[in-house]
Amino acid sequence: MARCFKKIIELIVYKILEKQNLATNVYLFRIKAPLIASKAKAGQFVMLRVSQKGERIPLTLAEWDGAEGSITIVVMAVGATTCQLSRLEEGDKINDLLGPLGNPTEIEYFGTVVCVAGGFAIAVIRPVIRALKEAGNHIISIIGVRNKELLFWEKELEQDSDELIITTDDGSYKRKGLVTEPLKELLEGSRDINRVIAIGPTAMMKFASLTTKPFGVKTIVSLNPIMVDGTGMCGCCRVTIGDETRFACVDGPEFDGHLVDWEEFMSRQTTYLDQEKYSYQCSLGTGEKHHG
Amino acid sequence: MNKPLNKRIDMPLQAVEARNSNFDEVALGYSPEMAKAEASRCLQCKKRPCISGCPVGIDIPGFIKAICDDNLPAAVETIKNDNILPGICGRVCPQETQCENVCVFNKGGNAIAIGRLERFTADWERNNKSEIAPVSKSPATGKRIAVVGSGPAGLTVAADLARMGHSVTVLEALHTTGGVLKYGIPDFRLPSEIIEEEVENIKALGVIFQLNTLVGKTQTIDELLERFDAVFLGTGAGLPIFMNIPGENLVGVYSANEFLTRVNLMQAYKFPEYQTPVKAGRQVAVIGGGNVAMDAARSALRLGAERVCIIYRRTEVEMPARREEVEHAIEEGVEMIFLASPVRFLGDEKRNLKSVECIRMELGEPDSSGRRRPLPVEGSQFIIDIDVAIVALGTTPNPLISQTSPGLKTSHKGTLIYDEATSRTTKPRVWAGGDIVTGSATVISAMGAARRAAADIDKFLKTDEGKAGQNWLKADV
Ligand SMILES: Cc1cc2nc3c(=O)[nH]c(=O)nc-3n(C[C@H](O)[C@H](O)[C@H](O)COP(=O)(O)OP(=O)(O)OC[C@H]3O[C@@H](n4cnc5c(N)ncnc54)[C@H](O)[C@@H]3O)c2cc1C
Ligand SMILES: Cc1cc2nc3c(=O)[nH]c(=O)nc-3n(C[C@H](O)[C@H](O)[C@H](O)COP(=O)(O)OP(=O)(O)OC[C@H]3O[C@@H](n4cnc5c(N)ncnc54)[C@H](O)[C@@H]3O)c2cc1C
Ligand code: SF4
Ligand code: SF4
Ligand code: FES
Repeated sequence: MARCFKKIIELIVYKILEKQNLATNVYLFRIKAPLIASKAKAGQFVMLRVSQKGERIPLTLAEWDGAEGSITIVVMAVGATTCQLSRLEEGDKINDLLGPLGNPTEIEYFGTVVCVAGGFAIAVIRPVIRALKEAGNHIISIIGVRNKELLFWEKELEQDSDELIITTDDGSYKRKGLVTEPLKELLEGSRDINRVIAIGPTAMMKFASLTTKPFGVKTIVSLNPIMVDGTGMCGCCRVTIGDETRFACVDGPEFDGHLVDWEEFMSRQTTYLDQEKYSYQCSLGTGEKHHG
Repeated sequence: MNKPLNKRIDMPLQAVEARNSNFDEVALGYSPEMAKAEASRCLQCKKRPCISGCPVGIDIPGFIKAICDDNLPAAVETIKNDNILPGICGRVCPQETQCENVCVFNKGGNAIAIGRLERFTADWERNNKSEIAPVSKSPATGKRIAVVGSGPAGLTVAADLARMGHSVTVLEALHTTGGVLKYGIPDFRLPSEIIEEEVENIKALGVIFQLNTLVGKTQTIDELLERFDAVFLGTGAGLPIFMNIPGENLVGVYSANEFLTRVNLMQAYKFPEYQTPVKAGRQVAVIGGGNVAMDAARSALRLGAERVCIIYRRTEVEMPARREEVEHAIEEGVEMIFLASPVRFLGDEKRNLKSVECIRMELGEPDSSGRRRPLPVEGSQFIIDIDVAIVALGTTPNPLISQTSPGLKTSHKGTLIYDEATSRTTKPRVWAGGDIVTGSATVISAMGAARRAAADIDKFLKTDEGKAGQNWLKADV
């Protein structure tokens, strides 16, 4: 009995085994979570709560190790919860971690696949790239960042992909411009592009989808709406795909980018803008009394 | 003996003006004197009709007599023989349609306040722990049971089986226990401490709780069956129903589940101390007429809304909510708009909700549920300005469990097919009870099903029956 109890406690203590600062405001955490590690697949995510009073936020799995019983997440500090998380250190514990959630990426032999990513998604597209590569696909990766300081894992991605294109908004490294430019050139080129997968900031996924649409190339995006439970219980994450309302946490998070109602999606993401700003100030200790 | 009173004793409430702006409990409970006076009204009927109205069969006259005799430890023990969650049931059972409905005094409208007495007893226990002997437990059997979901069904099965000497692990998807009790029912009706205390009592029986585990994703039922002798599914009906009308995805339209989860589970009413936000809304419309709608409306009021209305397509008589909740909601200023139904939500250029268009309804012939069917009145559309809408039209079981478990059959409504007497599903060694088999129902009916399941699981584990799956519910029932 006592031994069995200890084992269960171990399963639910989410200890940080490793922390790395990958780029400006981008952190990697390797966390003990044997049950999640044993089930994880490319494209899935976890819900995480940093502290007792904290919000539940979704984060995609960047890596996992079933043998070690660990998962890896890469997080960009953008608001209260992600900043709080970024202040944790090796040995600290995460209050709650639930997963793996959502449907895995569809992995098959498609032919030539272009994988587009930006921001934190440089990390989370890696398992997708590797699984697609293993299925025999020719992988062209396009990675876009605002500036050189935000780029990480260049070598890793170079190894994983057959071809790698890097763009920076300000031209501080490699090609200057947005990811949609090389994407368009590839589509216009002589080679057959069989599928595009875009993960990252909403605007990037939207414009990648708009770029591929005239070419009729199937484009998968990984939607990141606001979530609460991540299990299909609240409907907070609902998105319109074609004519249908779907719950991103259980029906997605990956959907056909050509069918997403982007206007609606972007409006719903802004629901709590005021509170988010306020919450962020509070977490820095600069918040003033909140009204409304 | 004093002449029995013929009128039931009111329970003190928090004043309306005060309670509209806090999440503290509205009903304050009986004092010992009130409880004794109310208890002494009971006739101790020979035929004990009230017991048949309680889905877990509490010895109602028995515990009421103990209150009369000033023997509260005995009252506690009597209740706990059949109900491990009395502080919860005393507060949220729809008594008027259950035990109190069949009390001999009900005809005159003065049924014994069984729920309030049960609550009084449970609250007394919480404050006088040392006077209660620990619940007895049978010797360990070495059998292991996995209970999926920690709502009232799961908690009841876990407690019963633990008392029978089995070793029980409860697996729960969320970061805390209690199911709807915790994420749905607001603190002003059922304070979190009450749930936590009753869960502590179950932990004291040796039940292990494994949180943050979504069965179907983190672990499958087939994997659980490898490590456990039996599996009980009490995963509820958590999937919110939407109306599928235009504008339902505008910013400001919530499902009741989302709104209540933010407010209760995530404690958004204490934002920013608790970090989850909720849009409070100035003018709020809640769609629906059940307990869920009342809870959402009253929560919105407490978050500071200027106007909260409930839009219900039938009339007050057909409202499925507990009587007391409707009364409290009206007292607090919730406006009731009967015989109306939304046809679309309208938004501004930024897609923020700004109004709802409704149509008037009239009642036609009774439908299959026996209630008169509401029919739209041609050309009667009208618009209400709102900035938050909360859709409270019910829930169905989350398909995750059935999708990931071969052999588990569901009805066209998505509920699991099961045998009512034994709570067996169509999958060998898997039992189920509560909202997952009935669709959204009540706390006490979930507990009733759970008790039948526990009895059958115990019988099954103690005999050789079903070792090879014989006598199991056939998949084609
Ligand atoms: C399925 C899924 C997977 C995700 N995977 C990752 C990941 O691997 N790494 C990572 O860094 N982030 C990921 N995100 C985004 C991450 O969940 C948000 O950044 C986080 O919730 C923000 O919380 P916060 O309290 O720090 O900031 P908030 O104060 O909540 O928000 C700060 C800013 O971020 C924006 N924002 C809020 N929620 C989201 C969101 N869900 N997606 C994008 N922007 C948002 C806000 O509009 C605001 O501008 C994922 C989101 C989803 C839905
Ligand atoms: C707002 C509201 C108010 C209500 N008011 C009343 C009232 O006043 N009186 C009354 O009698 N009834 C009321 N009800 C109904 C009552 O709460 C339910 O009938 C009852 O809770 C059902 O119990 P259950 O154990 O079947 O399921 P639930 O309480 O729904 O519990 C199910 C649990 O299982 C977990 N779960 C789900 N899927 C999984 C999975 N795959 N793996 C692990 N865990 C999982 C869930 O997170 C949840 O904790 C109300 C319901 C709501 C929503
Ligand atoms: S558990 Fe509910 S139905 Fe049973 S006696 Fe108590 S209040 Fe009545
Ligand atoms: S029916 Fe009413 S009066 Fe009779 S024993 Fe039950 S509670 Fe008492
Ligand atoms: S996050 Fe609640 S249903 Fe998807």
